[in-house]
Amino acid sequence: MSDTVRRKGRTGYLLMLPGVIWLLIFFLIPFYSLVAASLYDPSGSDIDGYQMTYHWGNYWDALVQYGKPDGWAPADWSPLIRSLVYGGLATFFCLILGYVLAYAIAFKAGRWKNLMLVLVIAPFFTSFLIRTLSWKLLLADDGWIVNTLQFLHILGSDGHLLATPVAVVTGLTYNFLPFMVLPLFASIDKIDYRLIEASNDLYANPLVGFFKVTWPLSLPGVVSGTLLTFIPAVGDYINAELLGSTSTRMIGSVIQSLFTEANDYPAASALSVMLMILIIGMVLLYVRRAGTEELL
Amino acid sequence: MRWLRERIVLILGLAVLVYTFIPIGVVVLMSFNKPKSEQSKLYRFEAFTLDNWLHPCNDPSMCAALGRSISIGLLATLVATILGTLLAFALVRHDFAGRSMMNLLIFMPMASPEIVMGSSLLALFVAAGFAGQLGFWTILIAHIMFCLSFVVVTVRARLAGMNDTLEAAAMDLYATPRETFWKVTFPLVFPGILGAALLAFSLSFDDFIITNLNAGNTTTFPMYVWGVSRKTVPMQVNVIGTVMLIISIAIVLGGEYRNRRQARALATN
Repeated sequence: MSDTVRRKGRTGYLLMLPGVIWLLIFFLIPFYSLVAASLYDPSGSDIDGYQMTYHWGNYWDALVQYGKPDGWAPADWSPLIRSLVYGGLATFFCLILGYVLAYAIAFKAGRWKNLMLVLVIAPFFTSFLIRTLSWKLLLADDGWIVNTLQFLHILGSDGHLLATPVAVVTGLTYNFLPFMVLPLFASIDKIDYRLIEASNDLYANPLVGFFKVTWPLSLPGVVSGTLLTFIPAVGDYINAELLGSTSTRMIGSVIQSLFTEANDYPAASALSVMLMILIIGMVLLYVRRAGTEELL
Repeated sequence: MRWLRERIVLILGLAVLVYTFIPIGVVVLMSFNKPKSEQSKLYRFEAFTLDNWLHPCNDPSMCAALGRSISIGLLATLVATILGTLLAFALVRHDFAGRSMMNLLIFMPMASPEIVMGSSLLALFVAAGFAGQLGFWTILIAHIMFCLSFVVVTVRARLAGMNDTLEAAAMDLYATPRETFWKVTFPLVFPGILGAALLAFSLSFDDFIITNLNAGNTTTFPMYVWGVSRKTVPMQVNVIGTVMLIISIAIVLGGEYRNRRQARALATN
Protein backbone atom coordinates (compact mmCIF):
# COMPACT_ATOMS: atom_id res chain seq x y z
CA MET A 1 0.00 0.00 0.00
CA SER A 2 1.31 3.45 -0.83
CA ASP A 3 1.71 6.28 1.61
CA THR A 4 -1.63 7.74 0.56
CA VAL A 5 -3.46 9.40 3.41
CA ARG A 6 -6.94 7.95 3.90
CA ARG A 7 -9.46 10.75 4.26
CA LYS A 8 -12.10 10.54 6.94
CA GLY A 9 -15.65 11.77 6.62
CA ARG A 10 -18.83 11.23 4.73
CA THR A 11 -17.47 11.14 1.16
CA GLY A 12 -16.09 7.62 1.57
CA TYR A 13 -19.47 6.25 2.59
CA LEU A 14 -21.23 8.09 -0.23
CA LEU A 15 -18.82 6.67 -2.81
CA MET A 16 -19.41 3.16 -1.53
CA LEU A 17 -23.14 3.39 -1.18
CA PRO A 18 -24.40 2.46 -4.69
CA GLY A 19 -22.02 -0.48 -5.14
CA VAL A 20 -22.64 -1.81 -1.66
CA ILE A 21 -26.41 -1.57 -2.06
CA TRP A 22 -26.18 -3.46 -5.36
CA LEU A 23 -24.12 -6.26 -3.77
CA LEU A 24 -26.39 -6.44 -0.73
CA ILE A 25 -29.60 -6.68 -2.73
CA PHE A 26 -28.41 -8.86 -5.59
CA PHE A 27 -25.68 -10.94 -3.98
CA LEU A 28 -26.18 -11.25 -0.21
CA ILE A 29 -29.97 -11.16 0.20
CA PRO A 30 -30.37 -13.78 -2.57
CA PHE A 31 -28.52 -16.26 -0.34
CA TYR A 32 -31.24 -15.72 2.22
CA SER A 33 -33.89 -16.32 -0.46
CA LEU A 34 -32.07 -19.48 -1.49
CA VAL A 35 -32.01 -20.84 2.06
CA ALA A 36 -35.66 -19.89 2.45
CA ALA A 37 -36.59 -21.63 -0.80
CA SER A 38 -34.74 -24.75 0.34
CA LEU A 39 -37.14 -25.00 3.31
CA TYR A 40 -40.38 -24.67 1.36
CA ASP A 41 -42.90 -27.46 1.39
CA PRO A 42 -41.95 -29.66 -1.59
CA SER A 43 -45.60 -30.28 -2.53
CA GLY A 44 -45.98 -26.74 -3.86
CA SER A 45 -45.16 -25.61 -7.38
CA ASP A 46 -43.82 -22.45 -8.97
CA ILE A 47 -47.31 -21.72 -10.36
CA ASP A 48 -49.43 -22.35 -7.24
CA GLY A 49 -46.76 -20.98 -4.94
CA TYR A 50 -44.87 -22.63 -2.11
CA GLN A 51 -45.72 -22.88 1.59
CA MET A 52 -42.94 -22.09 4.04
CA THR A 53 -43.00 -25.12 6.36
CA TYR A 54 -39.32 -25.28 7.40
CA HIS A 55 -39.17 -28.62 5.67
CA TRP A 56 -35.59 -29.64 6.57
CA GLY A 57 -36.31 -32.99 4.94
CA ASN A 58 -35.55 -31.37 1.57
CA TYR A 59 -31.87 -31.55 2.44
CA TRP A 60 -32.03 -35.20 3.36
CA ASP A 61 -34.02 -36.08 0.23
CA ALA A 62 -31.62 -34.18 -2.03
CA LEU A 63 -28.62 -35.76 -0.34
CA VAL A 64 -30.01 -39.27 -0.75
CA GLN A 65 -31.00 -38.68 -4.35
CA TYR A 66 -27.98 -36.77 -5.68
CA GLY A 67 -25.29 -37.12 -3.04
CA LYS A 68 -25.24 -40.76 -2.04
CA PRO A 69 -23.28 -42.93 -4.48
CA ASP A 70 -24.84 -46.23 -5.57
CA GLY A 71 -21.51 -47.98 -5.36
CA TRP A 72 -17.76 -47.65 -5.63
CA ALA A 73 -17.51 -47.99 -9.41
CA PRO A 74 -17.24 -44.59 -11.20
CA ALA A 75 -20.46 -45.33 -13.10
CA ASP A 76 -22.35 -45.59 -9.80
CA TRP A 77 -21.09 -42.32 -8.37
CA SER A 78 -23.59 -39.61 -7.52
CA PRO A 79 -23.47 -36.23 -9.29
CA LEU A 80 -22.10 -34.62 -6.11
CA ILE A 81 -19.20 -37.10 -5.73
CA ARG A 82 -18.50 -36.85 -9.48
CA SER A 83 -18.31 -33.05 -9.31
CA LEU A 84 -15.80 -33.15 -6.47
CA VAL A 85 -13.65 -35.81 -8.16
CA TYR A 86 -13.72 -34.22 -11.63
CA GLY A 87 -13.10 -30.76 -10.16
CA GLY A 88 -10.25 -32.11 -8.05
CA LEU A 89 -8.62 -33.92 -10.98
CA ALA A 90 -8.96 -30.87 -13.24
CA THR A 91 -7.38 -28.69 -10.52
CA PHE A 92 -4.50 -31.15 -10.19
CA PHE A 93 -3.80 -31.20 -13.95
CA CYS A 94 -4.15 -27.41 -14.12
CA LEU A 95 -1.59 -27.11 -11.33
CA ILE A 96 0.96 -29.20 -13.23
CA LEU A 97 0.43 -27.52 -16.61
CA GLY A 98 0.00 -24.09 -15.07
CA TYR A 99 3.13 -24.36 -12.93
CA VAL A 100 5.32 -25.26 -15.89
CA LEU A 101 3.88 -22.41 -17.93
CA ALA A 102 4.04 -19.82 -15.12
CA TYR A 103 7.61 -20.81 -14.24
CA ALA A 104 8.69 -20.62 -17.88
CA ILE A 105 7.13 -17.16 -18.27
CA ALA A 106 8.55 -15.83 -15.00
CA PHE A 107 12.13 -17.06 -15.38
CA LYS A 108 12.80 -18.28 -18.90
CA ALA A 109 10.87 -16.00 -21.24
CA GLY A 110 13.26 -13.04 -21.03
CA ARG A 111 11.99 -10.15 -23.10
CA TRP A 112 9.06 -12.22 -24.36
CA LYS A 113 7.51 -12.24 -20.87
CA ASN A 114 4.70 -9.78 -21.62
CA LEU A 115 3.90 -11.34 -24.97
CA MET A 116 3.68 -14.80 -23.42
CA LEU A 117 1.38 -13.52 -20.68
CA VAL A 118 -0.91 -12.02 -23.33
CA LEU A 119 -0.86 -15.32 -25.21
CA VAL A 120 -1.92 -17.18 -22.06
CA ILE A 121 -5.09 -15.11 -21.80
CA ALA A 122 -5.82 -14.65 -25.52
CA PRO A 123 -7.47 -18.03 -26.25
CA PHE A 124 -9.86 -17.46 -23.40
CA PHE A 125 -11.44 -14.45 -25.03
CA THR A 126 -13.15 -16.81 -27.44
CA SER A 127 -16.43 -17.83 -25.89
CA PHE A 128 -16.31 -20.59 -23.25
CA LEU A 129 -18.98 -22.58 -25.10
CA ILE A 130 -17.29 -22.33 -28.50
CA ARG A 131 -13.99 -23.50 -27.00
CA THR A 132 -15.74 -26.46 -25.40
CA LEU A 133 -17.38 -27.29 -28.73
CA SER A 134 -13.88 -27.41 -30.28
CA TRP A 135 -12.94 -30.09 -27.79
CA LYS A 136 -15.97 -32.02 -28.90
CA LEU A 137 -14.49 -32.06 -32.40
CA LEU A 138 -10.93 -32.80 -31.21
CA LEU A 139 -12.02 -35.74 -29.05
CA ALA A 140 -14.46 -37.17 -31.60
CA ASP A 141 -14.26 -40.87 -32.43
CA ASP A 142 -12.55 -40.38 -35.80
CA GLY A 143 -10.46 -37.39 -34.68
CA TRP A 144 -6.66 -37.39 -34.72
CA ILE A 145 -6.36 -37.66 -30.94
CA VAL A 146 -8.39 -40.85 -30.75
CA ASN A 147 -6.67 -42.25 -33.85
CA THR A 148 -3.21 -41.58 -32.40
CA LEU A 149 -4.12 -43.14 -29.06
CA GLN A 150 -5.53 -46.18 -30.85
CA PHE A 151 -2.38 -46.45 -32.98
CA LEU A 152 -0.26 -46.39 -29.80
CA HIS A 153 -2.59 -49.00 -28.27
CA ILE A 154 -3.29 -46.71 -25.31
CA LEU A 155 -6.91 -46.85 -26.38
CA GLY A 156 -8.59 -50.02 -27.68
CA SER A 157 -9.62 -50.10 -31.35
CA ASP A 158 -13.25 -49.57 -30.31
CA GLY A 159 -12.29 -47.14 -27.55
CA HIS A 160 -13.46 -43.58 -27.52
CA LEU A 161 -12.95 -40.41 -25.50
CA LEU A 162 -16.05 -38.35 -26.10
CA ALA A 163 -18.84 -39.01 -23.58
CA THR A 164 -16.33 -40.36 -21.03
CA PRO A 165 -15.08 -38.82 -17.78
CA VAL A 166 -11.70 -38.34 -19.53
CA ALA A 167 -13.30 -35.89 -21.95
CA VAL A 168 -15.01 -33.99 -19.15
CA VAL A 169 -11.82 -33.64 -17.12
CA THR A 170 -9.91 -32.63 -20.28
CA GLY A 171 -12.44 -29.88 -20.96
CA LEU A 172 -12.45 -28.65 -17.35
CA THR A 173 -8.65 -28.60 -17.24
CA TYR A 174 -8.47 -26.62 -20.46
CA ASN A 175 -11.15 -24.10 -19.61
CA PHE A 176 -9.92 -23.20 -16.14
CA LEU A 177 -6.17 -23.14 -16.86
CA PRO A 178 -5.82 -19.32 -16.87
CA PHE A 179 -7.34 -19.13 -13.36
CA MET A 180 -4.34 -21.23 -12.30
CA VAL A 181 -1.61 -19.64 -14.42
CA LEU A 182 -2.19 -16.00 -13.47
CA PRO A 183 -1.98 -16.31 -9.64
CA LEU A 184 0.91 -18.78 -9.99
CA PHE A 185 2.76 -16.35 -12.24
CA ALA A 186 2.16 -13.45 -9.83
CA SER A 187 3.66 -15.53 -7.04
CA ILE A 188 6.59 -17.12 -8.91
CA ASP A 189 7.54 -13.82 -10.56
CA LYS A 190 8.18 -12.32 -7.09
CA ILE A 191 10.76 -15.00 -6.21
CA ASP A 192 14.34 -13.74 -6.31
CA TYR A 193 15.96 -15.92 -8.97
CA ARG A 194 19.27 -15.78 -7.10
CA LEU A 195 17.68 -17.96 -4.40
CA ILE A 196 16.99 -20.62 -7.01
CA GLU A 197 20.54 -20.32 -8.36
CA ALA A 198 21.87 -20.66 -4.83
CA SER A 199 19.74 -23.75 -4.28
CA ASN A 200 21.09 -25.21 -7.51
CA ASP A 201 24.61 -24.65 -6.18
CA LEU A 202 23.84 -26.17 -2.80
CA TYR A 203 21.62 -29.11 -3.61
CA ALA A 204 23.06 -31.80 -5.82
CA ASN A 205 19.66 -32.57 -7.33
CA PRO A 206 17.68 -29.75 -8.99
CA LEU A 207 14.45 -31.52 -7.99
CA VAL A 208 15.37 -31.38 -4.31
CA GLY A 209 16.24 -27.73 -4.78
CA PHE A 210 12.86 -27.10 -6.38
CA PHE A 211 10.87 -28.68 -3.56
CA LYS A 212 12.95 -26.99 -0.84
CA VAL A 213 13.09 -23.49 -2.31
CA THR A 214 10.88 -22.65 -5.29
CA TRP A 215 7.76 -24.60 -4.28
CA PRO A 216 7.49 -23.23 -0.71
CA LEU A 217 8.03 -19.68 -1.96
CA SER A 218 5.30 -20.07 -4.57
CA LEU A 219 2.73 -21.49 -2.11
CA PRO A 220 0.52 -18.36 -1.95
CA GLY A 221 0.07 -18.61 -5.72
CA VAL A 222 -0.55 -22.35 -5.51
CA VAL A 223 -3.26 -21.85 -2.88
CA SER A 224 -5.11 -19.05 -4.66
CA GLY A 225 -4.70 -20.75 -8.04
CA THR A 226 -6.10 -24.07 -6.84
CA LEU A 227 -9.05 -22.31 -5.18
CA LEU A 228 -9.80 -20.19 -8.23
CA THR A 229 -9.74 -23.34 -10.37
CA PHE A 230 -11.47 -25.78 -8.04
CA ILE A 231 -14.47 -23.63 -7.10
CA PRO A 232 -15.71 -22.88 -10.63
CA ALA A 233 -14.75 -26.37 -11.87
CA VAL A 234 -16.92 -28.10 -9.24
CA GLY A 235 -19.92 -25.92 -10.07
CA ASP A 236 -19.46 -26.12 -13.85
CA TYR A 237 -21.72 -28.27 -15.96
CA ILE A 238 -21.01 -27.01 -19.47
CA ASN A 239 -18.10 -29.43 -19.95
CA ALA A 240 -20.01 -32.35 -18.44
CA GLU A 241 -23.00 -31.73 -20.70
CA LEU A 242 -21.17 -30.98 -23.97
CA LEU A 243 -18.32 -33.50 -23.67
CA GLY A 244 -19.83 -36.11 -21.37
CA SER A 245 -22.89 -38.33 -21.24
CA THR A 246 -25.70 -38.98 -18.79
CA SER A 247 -23.27 -41.03 -16.69
CA THR A 248 -20.94 -38.04 -16.24
CA ARG A 249 -23.59 -35.61 -14.94
CA MET A 250 -22.28 -33.09 -12.45
CA ILE A 251 -24.11 -31.37 -9.62
CA GLY A 252 -24.45 -28.04 -11.48
CA SER A 253 -26.37 -29.80 -14.19
CA VAL A 254 -28.78 -31.32 -11.66
CA ILE A 255 -29.39 -27.96 -9.95
CA GLN A 256 -29.90 -26.20 -13.27
CA SER A 257 -32.40 -28.74 -14.60
CA LEU A 258 -34.29 -28.90 -11.29
CA PHE A 259 -34.71 -25.13 -11.50
CA THR A 260 -35.42 -24.61 -15.19
CA GLU A 261 -36.94 -27.91 -16.33
CA ALA A 262 -38.44 -29.74 -13.33
CA ASN A 263 -39.33 -26.50 -11.50
CA ASP A 264 -38.58 -28.26 -8.23
CA TYR A 265 -37.35 -25.17 -6.40
CA PRO A 266 -37.05 -26.63 -2.88
CA ALA A 267 -34.83 -29.55 -3.97
CA ALA A 268 -32.74 -27.36 -6.28
CA SER A 269 -32.24 -24.74 -3.55
CA ALA A 270 -31.33 -27.37 -0.97
CA LEU A 271 -28.69 -28.82 -3.32
CA SER A 272 -27.34 -25.36 -4.07
CA VAL A 273 -27.04 -24.48 -0.37
CA MET A 274 -25.29 -27.80 0.30
CA LEU A 275 -22.82 -27.20 -2.53
CA MET A 276 -22.01 -23.74 -1.15
CA ILE A 277 -21.54 -25.03 2.42
CA LEU A 278 -19.42 -27.92 1.17
CA ILE A 279 -17.18 -25.59 -0.83
CA ILE A 280 -16.82 -23.04 1.99
CA GLY A 281 -15.95 -25.88 4.39
CA MET A 282 -13.36 -27.36 2.06
CA VAL A 283 -11.83 -23.96 1.33
CA LEU A 284 -11.49 -23.06 5.02
CA LEU A 285 -9.97 -26.45 5.82
CA TYR A 286 -7.59 -26.21 2.89
CA VAL A 287 -6.50 -22.66 3.62
CA ARG A 288 -5.85 -23.59 7.24
CA ARG A 289 -3.80 -26.64 6.24
CA ALA A 290 -1.83 -24.64 3.68
CA GLY A 291 -1.24 -21.97 6.32
CA THR A 292 -1.90 -18.93 4.15
CA GLU A 293 -4.86 -17.44 5.96
CA GLU A 294 -3.90 -13.89 5.06
CA LEU A 295 -5.23 -14.68 1.59
CA LEU A 296 -8.82 -14.41 2.76
CA MET B 1 22.18 -32.54 -23.73
CA ARG B 2 23.29 -29.48 -21.82
CA TRP B 3 21.44 -27.27 -24.32
CA LEU B 4 18.30 -29.28 -23.74
CA ARG B 5 18.65 -29.26 -19.97
CA GLU B 6 18.89 -25.47 -19.89
CA ARG B 7 15.86 -25.02 -22.09
CA ILE B 8 13.62 -27.89 -21.06
CA VAL B 9 11.35 -25.71 -18.87
CA LEU B 10 10.93 -23.13 -21.61
CA ILE B 11 10.16 -25.85 -24.16
CA LEU B 12 7.59 -27.46 -21.87
CA GLY B 13 6.06 -24.05 -21.15
CA LEU B 14 5.77 -23.33 -24.86
CA ALA B 15 4.20 -26.77 -25.34
CA VAL B 16 1.51 -25.87 -22.78
CA LEU B 17 0.97 -22.58 -24.60
CA VAL B 18 0.57 -24.44 -27.91
CA TYR B 19 -1.94 -26.74 -26.20
CA THR B 20 -4.07 -23.76 -25.19
CA PHE B 21 -4.19 -22.69 -28.84
CA ILE B 22 -5.22 -26.06 -30.34
CA PRO B 23 -8.99 -25.54 -29.78
CA ILE B 24 -8.64 -21.96 -31.04
CA GLY B 25 -7.12 -23.33 -34.24
CA VAL B 26 -10.18 -25.54 -34.54
CA VAL B 27 -12.49 -22.52 -34.13
CA VAL B 28 -10.70 -20.58 -36.88
CA LEU B 29 -10.57 -23.64 -39.17
CA MET B 30 -14.24 -24.47 -38.67
CA SER B 31 -15.23 -20.91 -39.53
CA PHE B 32 -14.21 -21.84 -43.11
CA ASN B 33 -15.99 -25.18 -43.04
CA LYS B 34 -18.71 -26.14 -45.48
CA PRO B 35 -20.79 -28.95 -43.94
CA LYS B 36 -21.97 -31.62 -46.40
CA SER B 37 -25.62 -31.10 -45.60
CA GLU B 38 -27.46 -28.39 -43.74
CA GLN B 39 -28.67 -30.84 -41.13
CA SER B 40 -25.32 -32.59 -40.71
CA LYS B 41 -24.98 -33.60 -37.08
CA LEU B 42 -21.31 -34.41 -37.60
CA TYR B 43 -19.10 -31.64 -36.33
CA ARG B 44 -16.00 -32.00 -38.50
CA PHE B 45 -14.15 -30.23 -41.29
CA GLU B 46 -15.55 -31.20 -44.71
CA ALA B 47 -14.68 -28.58 -47.33
CA PHE B 48 -13.38 -25.03 -47.57
CA THR B 49 -15.78 -22.13 -48.04
CA LEU B 50 -16.00 -18.40 -47.40
CA ASP B 51 -19.80 -18.53 -47.11
CA ASN B 52 -19.82 -18.40 -43.32
CA TRP B 53 -17.82 -15.19 -43.36
CA LEU B 54 -19.89 -13.64 -46.16
CA HIS B 55 -23.22 -14.52 -44.56
CA PRO B 56 -22.64 -14.40 -40.82
CA CYS B 57 -26.33 -13.82 -40.07
CA ASN B 58 -27.60 -16.82 -42.02
CA ASP B 59 -29.54 -17.75 -38.91
CA PRO B 60 -31.19 -14.46 -37.84
CA SER B 61 -31.81 -15.79 -34.33
CA MET B 62 -28.05 -16.08 -33.83
CA CYS B 63 -27.45 -12.45 -34.70
CA ALA B 64 -30.40 -11.38 -32.55
CA ALA B 65 -28.86 -13.26 -29.61
CA LEU B 66 -25.48 -11.72 -30.41
CA GLY B 67 -26.96 -8.23 -30.45
CA ARG B 68 -28.68 -8.88 -27.12
CA SER B 69 -25.40 -10.09 -25.60
CA ILE B 70 -23.59 -6.99 -26.85
CA SER B 71 -26.20 -4.57 -25.47
CA ILE B 72 -26.34 -6.37 -22.12
CA GLY B 73 -22.53 -6.42 -22.08
CA LEU B 74 -22.24 -2.69 -22.78
CA LEU B 75 -24.88 -1.67 -20.22
CA ALA B 76 -23.53 -4.03 -17.55
CA THR B 77 -20.00 -2.76 -18.20
CA LEU B 78 -21.08 0.87 -17.92
CA VAL B 79 -22.93 0.45 -14.61
CA ALA B 80 -20.45 -2.01 -13.06
CA THR B 81 -17.47 0.19 -14.02
CA ILE B 82 -19.01 3.32 -12.49
CA LEU B 83 -20.14 1.63 -9.26
CA GLY B 84 -16.91 -0.37 -9.00
CA THR B 85 -14.64 2.62 -9.58
CA LEU B 86 -16.45 4.64 -6.88
CA LEU B 87 -16.06 1.69 -4.51
CA ALA B 88 -12.36 1.32 -5.32
CA PHE B 89 -11.76 5.03 -4.61
CA ALA B 90 -13.59 4.72 -1.29
CA LEU B 91 -11.54 1.66 -0.33
CA VAL B 92 -8.14 3.14 -1.17
CA ARG B 93 -8.61 6.82 -0.44
CA HIS B 94 -11.13 6.98 2.38
CA ASP B 95 -11.32 5.81 5.93
CA PHE B 96 -14.47 4.09 7.12
CA ALA B 97 -15.77 1.59 9.60
CA GLY B 98 -16.07 -2.07 8.65
CA ARG B 99 -13.24 -2.28 6.14
CA SER B 100 -12.71 -6.02 6.51
CA MET B 101 -16.44 -6.73 6.11
CA MET B 102 -16.29 -4.63 2.96
CA ASN B 103 -13.35 -6.59 1.57
CA LEU B 104 -15.19 -9.83 2.29
CA LEU B 105 -18.34 -8.59 0.53
CA ILE B 106 -16.27 -7.76 -2.56
CA PHE B 107 -14.27 -10.98 -2.46
CA MET B 108 -17.22 -13.34 -2.05
CA PRO B 109 -18.85 -12.99 -5.48
CA MET B 110 -15.51 -13.90 -7.09
CA ALA B 111 -15.17 -17.02 -4.94
CA SER B 112 -18.73 -18.35 -5.13
CA PRO B 113 -19.65 -20.98 -7.71
CA GLU B 114 -21.73 -19.44 -10.48
CA ILE B 115 -24.43 -22.05 -10.11
CA VAL B 116 -24.98 -20.99 -6.48
CA MET B 117 -25.04 -17.26 -7.26
CA GLY B 118 -27.35 -17.83 -10.20
CA SER B 119 -29.79 -19.98 -8.26
CA SER B 120 -29.80 -17.56 -5.30
CA LEU B 121 -30.68 -14.68 -7.57
CA LEU B 122 -33.41 -16.75 -9.19
CA ALA B 123 -34.78 -17.59 -5.73
CA LEU B 124 -34.85 -13.85 -4.95
CA PHE B 125 -36.62 -12.95 -8.21
CA VAL B 126 -39.19 -15.69 -7.67
CA ALA B 127 -39.78 -14.72 -4.03
CA ALA B 128 -40.20 -11.08 -5.10
CA GLY B 129 -42.80 -12.09 -7.68
CA PHE B 130 -40.69 -11.50 -10.79
CA ALA B 131 -40.82 -15.12 -11.96
CA GLY B 132 -42.83 -14.09 -15.02
CA GLN B 133 -40.62 -11.14 -15.91
CA LEU B 134 -37.27 -12.94 -16.22
CA GLY B 135 -35.44 -11.63 -19.26
CA PHE B 136 -33.25 -8.75 -20.41
CA TRP B 137 -33.44 -6.74 -17.16
CA THR B 138 -32.90 -9.65 -14.78
CA ILE B 139 -29.88 -10.75 -16.86
CA LEU B 140 -28.53 -7.20 -16.73
CA ILE B 141 -28.94 -7.02 -12.94
CA ALA B 142 -27.10 -10.35 -12.55
CA HIS B 143 -24.26 -9.30 -14.86
CA ILE B 144 -23.71 -5.99 -13.04
CA MET B 145 -23.58 -7.96 -9.78
CA PHE B 146 -20.87 -10.42 -10.81
CA CYS B 147 -18.81 -7.88 -12.81
CA LEU B 148 -18.72 -5.37 -9.95
CA SER B 149 -16.14 -7.18 -7.79
CA PHE B 150 -13.76 -7.66 -10.71
CA VAL B 151 -13.94 -3.94 -11.49
CA VAL B 152 -13.25 -3.02 -7.86
CA VAL B 153 -10.23 -5.34 -7.66
CA THR B 154 -8.73 -4.09 -10.95
CA VAL B 155 -9.18 -0.37 -10.24
CA ARG B 156 -8.07 -0.80 -6.61
CA ALA B 157 -4.82 -2.43 -7.78
CA ARG B 158 -4.11 0.55 -10.04
CA LEU B 159 -4.98 3.09 -7.31
CA ALA B 160 -2.97 1.35 -4.64
CA GLY B 161 0.08 1.14 -6.86
CA MET B 162 -0.01 4.90 -7.43
CA ASN B 163 1.51 7.29 -4.92
CA ASP B 164 0.01 10.70 -4.41
CA THR B 165 3.15 12.79 -5.05
CA LEU B 166 1.77 14.19 -8.31
CA GLU B 167 -1.53 15.06 -6.68
CA ALA B 168 0.25 16.73 -3.78
CA ALA B 169 2.31 18.71 -6.30
CA ALA B 170 -0.86 19.84 -8.09
CA MET B 171 -2.38 20.96 -4.80
CA ASP B 172 0.82 22.84 -3.90
CA LEU B 173 0.53 24.65 -7.20
CA TYR B 174 -2.92 25.89 -6.18
CA ALA B 175 -5.04 23.51 -8.25
CA THR B 176 -8.49 23.12 -6.70
CA PRO B 177 -9.41 19.61 -5.52
CA ARG B 178 -11.70 19.30 -8.53
CA GLU B 179 -8.97 20.32 -10.98
CA THR B 180 -6.51 18.00 -9.27
CA PHE B 181 -8.92 15.12 -9.60
CA TRP B 182 -9.81 15.60 -13.28
CA LYS B 183 -6.37 16.74 -14.52
CA VAL B 184 -4.10 14.50 -12.44
CA THR B 185 -5.81 11.67 -10.58
CA PHE B 186 -8.32 10.55 -13.18
CA PRO B 187 -5.91 10.38 -16.15
CA LEU B 188 -3.53 8.32 -14.01
CA VAL B 189 -6.23 5.85 -12.95
CA PHE B 190 -7.87 5.72 -16.37
CA PRO B 191 -5.87 2.78 -17.79
CA GLY B 192 -6.99 0.74 -14.78
CA ILE B 193 -10.62 1.74 -15.32
CA LEU B 194 -10.36 0.87 -19.02
CA GLY B 195 -8.85 -2.52 -18.20
CA ALA B 196 -11.62 -3.15 -15.69
CA ALA B 197 -14.26 -2.22 -18.26
CA LEU B 198 -12.79 -4.63 -20.84
CA LEU B 199 -12.71 -7.40 -18.25
CA ALA B 200 -16.31 -6.67 -17.25
CA PHE B 201 -17.47 -6.77 -20.85
CA SER B 202 -15.79 -10.08 -21.59
CA LEU B 203 -17.17 -11.60 -18.36
CA SER B 204 -20.67 -10.43 -19.19
CA PHE B 205 -20.49 -11.42 -22.85
CA ASP B 206 -19.29 -14.93 -22.03
CA ASP B 207 -21.48 -15.78 -19.07
CA PHE B 208 -23.73 -18.78 -19.41
CA ILE B 209 -24.50 -20.43 -16.06
CA ILE B 210 -25.91 -17.42 -14.16
CA THR B 211 -27.58 -16.05 -17.29
CA ASN B 212 -29.28 -19.34 -18.15
CA LEU B 213 -30.95 -19.46 -14.74
CA ASN B 214 -32.24 -15.89 -14.84
CA ALA B 215 -33.06 -15.44 -18.53
CA GLY B 216 -36.61 -16.75 -18.82
CA ASN B 217 -37.26 -17.03 -22.56
CA THR B 218 -34.60 -14.50 -23.56
CA THR B 219 -31.60 -15.93 -25.44
CA THR B 220 -28.08 -14.50 -25.22
CA PHE B 221 -25.25 -15.58 -27.53
CA PRO B 222 -23.79 -18.24 -25.16
CA MET B 223 -27.34 -19.56 -24.63
CA TYR B 224 -27.81 -19.75 -28.40
CA VAL B 225 -24.58 -21.78 -28.74
CA TRP B 226 -25.76 -24.03 -25.91
CA GLY B 227 -29.06 -24.58 -27.70
CA VAL B 228 -27.55 -25.45 -31.07
CA SER B 229 -24.85 -27.65 -29.53
CA ARG B 230 -27.56 -30.27 -28.97
CA LYS B 231 -28.68 -30.07 -32.61
CA THR B 232 -26.74 -28.75 -35.61
CA VAL B 233 -24.07 -26.17 -34.95
CA PRO B 234 -24.09 -23.45 -37.63
CA MET B 235 -20.49 -22.74 -38.67
CA GLN B 236 -21.20 -19.02 -38.30
CA VAL B 237 -20.77 -19.56 -34.56
CA ASN B 238 -17.07 -20.08 -35.26
CA VAL B 239 -16.94 -16.87 -37.29
CA ILE B 240 -18.14 -14.99 -34.20
CA GLY B 241 -15.58 -16.86 -32.07
CA THR B 242 -12.78 -15.90 -34.47
CA VAL B 243 -13.86 -12.25 -34.60
CA MET B 244 -13.96 -12.09 -30.79
CA LEU B 245 -10.43 -13.49 -30.68
CA ILE B 246 -9.14 -10.98 -33.24
CA ILE B 247 -10.76 -8.02 -31.47
CA SER B 248 -9.40 -8.97 -28.06
CA ILE B 249 -5.88 -9.61 -29.37
CA ALA B 250 -5.99 -6.26 -31.19
CA ILE B 251 -7.04 -4.46 -27.99
CA VAL B 252 -4.35 -6.12 -25.90
CA LEU B 253 -1.59 -5.58 -28.47
CA GLY B 254 -2.75 -1.98 -28.97
CA GLY B 255 -2.45 -1.36 -25.23
CA GLU B 256 0.99 -2.98 -25.17
CA TYR B 257 2.15 -0.85 -28.13
CA ARG B 258 0.91 2.32 -26.42
CA ASN B 259 2.70 1.39 -23.19
CA ARG B 260 5.96 0.81 -25.04
CA ARG B 261 5.69 4.09 -26.92
CA GLN B 262 4.97 5.98 -23.71
CA ALA B 263 7.88 4.28 -21.98
CA ARG B 264 10.17 5.22 -24.88
CA ALA B 265 8.88 8.82 -24.88
CA LEU B 266 9.52 9.07 -21.14
CA ALA B 267 12.99 7.61 -21.59
CA THR B 268 13.99 10.09 -24.30
CA ASN B 269 12.70 13.10 -22.36
